[in-house]
Amino acid sequence: MIELKNVSFSYEKDRPVIRDLSFRIAEGESVGLIGANGAGKSTVMKLILGLCSGEGQVLIDGEQLSKANLYRLRGKLGFVLQNSDNQMFMPTVYEDMIFGPLNYGVTREETDRRVDAVLDRLGLQELKHRHNHRISGGEKRMAAIATILAMEPQAILMDEPSSALDPYNRRLVINVIRELPQTRLITSHDLDMILDTCSRVILLDGGRIAADGPAEEILRDRALLEAHRMELPLSLSR
Amino acid sequence: MNKMEKALYELTEMDDLAARSSPIHGLCPMAKLLSTIAYIAVVVSFHKYELSALVPMLLWPVLLFQLSGIPVRTCFYKLRIVLPLVMAVGLFNPFFDRAPMLALGGVAVSGGVVSMLTLMLKGVLCLMASFLLMATTPIDHLCAALRRLHVPGMLVTLLLLTYRYVGVMTEELAVMTEAYHLRAPGQKGIHVSAWGSFLGQLLLRSMDRAEELYNSMQLRGYHEHFHYADIKPCTPRDAVYTLCCIALFLLLRLVDAASLLGGLFVR
Ligand SMILES: Nc1ncnc2c1ncn2[C@@H]1O[C@H](COP(=O)(O)OP(=O)(O)O)[C@@H](O)[C@H]1O
Ligand SMILES: [Mg+2]
Repeated sequence: MIELKNVSFSYEKDRPVIRDLSFRIAEGESVGLIGANGAGKSTVMKLILGLCSGEGQVLIDGEQLSKANLYRLRGKLGFVLQNSDNQMFMPTVYEDMIFGPLNYGVTREETDRRVDAVLDRLGLQELKHRHNHRISGGEKRMAAIATILAMEPQAILMDEPSSALDPYNRRLVINVIRELPQTRLITSHDLDMILDTCSRVILLDGGRIAADGPAEEILRDRALLEAHRMELPLSLSR
Repeated sequence: MNKMEKALYELTEMDDLAARSSPIHGLCPMAKLLSTIAYIAVVVSFHKYELSALVPMLLWPVLLFQLSGIPVRTCFYKLRIVLPLVMAVGLFNPFFDRAPMLALGGVAVSGGVVSMLTLMLKGVLCLMASFLLMATTPIDHLCAALRRLHVPGMLVTLLLLTYRYVGVMTEELAVMTEAYHLRAPGQKGIHVSAWGSFLGQLLLRSMDRAEELYNSMQLRGYHEHFHYADIKPCTPRDAVYTLCCIALFLLLRLVDAASLLGGLFVR
């Protein structure tokens, strides 16, 4: 579904952020992208979404991302931003939810049907007509996920979905992510969340893959994690 | 709440006002937009000495305040910054135009004073009308109506995004002033020496956020044009409202209601 082939990228000359990165994510897989601050997790997301481009190839469903097919391929991907304030720019949750589908030519009736289906599933009907600037951080994150689900993408990318959430909301978000049928790529340094939501983990360090394998295996490997400036998930450290 | 947060709150309060319900809120945005444009055009068309004829034009905003349930106080409170600026426009007229025009209780009033008052009143009326439009119509419905009137999409999108970005900038400003005051307790405002870096930071941060926001729009398929909210289709009721408003404006424009009334009393 998503494949990177020898991708390198740098924001500034001579300071590569991603170095010769290759991996592939199969349909329906849920993958955690972990790594210390500045490891390049967000940059990998941007490369997949075509928000920046470097050397090498990024393939979505076997097609190489290019200017010509950007609009179409992006329709297959849903991206939940790290900062929901930047994602929710319409006045109300509802208006934000219809923004994506309408841009992709989905009819008004179908859009409204999707919105209600998603809100029902996430138990958020109550938020539908609330103003985006008047809802709490946790509600906003859930609403941001809802806007992406309303687009019915084939794959969902999330950048630090549990950051700045209290334990209750974090649990809610985790439960939602676990139940999604789509292909998922989730970055986080909240390793407990990754353990709960992902079956496979890719560990990045300095823009290179340091490890790639089953979540249970990598997240239990204290020596490996510590070598890359991370700690065991709390649930496994006892 | 610091000053910035207050400003932000006020901005979002406009959205809240527009989300209320009343007979006026229920009209289709197009009807409100057209009647407001007609109103402003008629107000502007009054001659600079027609002060007494202009006064009855107050009738429409007053009616709207009543029907929409928007408090007049809120209007003047929100306009407190622009209002003096608009009023200042005619301030010099009395110095240029000194020919006496009429006598009030034995005191000669010059043409300059009359034209100054007319200009001020025109300014206030136009501002009130625009405020009422904004306070009874959500911004995206307004934009949708503008699109229907074939205002270029580029301009309308710009208007909508400006409205959003002002919010983003104010938010950043709120965060930054708070951070500043936590480290400079007891200081009023921000010290001149910090203005440069403060402004620079503000711009950078707002640009970063604006870029993220724009990315987020693009990722959801935004290209060139916005799908504006579906606005309510105009009903015969809306047409009747618009026509009645325009008829009222023309009547007030062509018939000098104030002197008619005045005439009744004098005779
Ligand atoms: N817009 C940018 N311009 C220059 N350097 C950047 C930019 N964004 C990120 N970087 C740098 O790229 C590296 C990787 O950043 P990022 O992908 O955001 O890391 P992560 O999400 O893993 O914390 C960091 O060293 C960061 O300083
Ligand atoms: Mg990041």
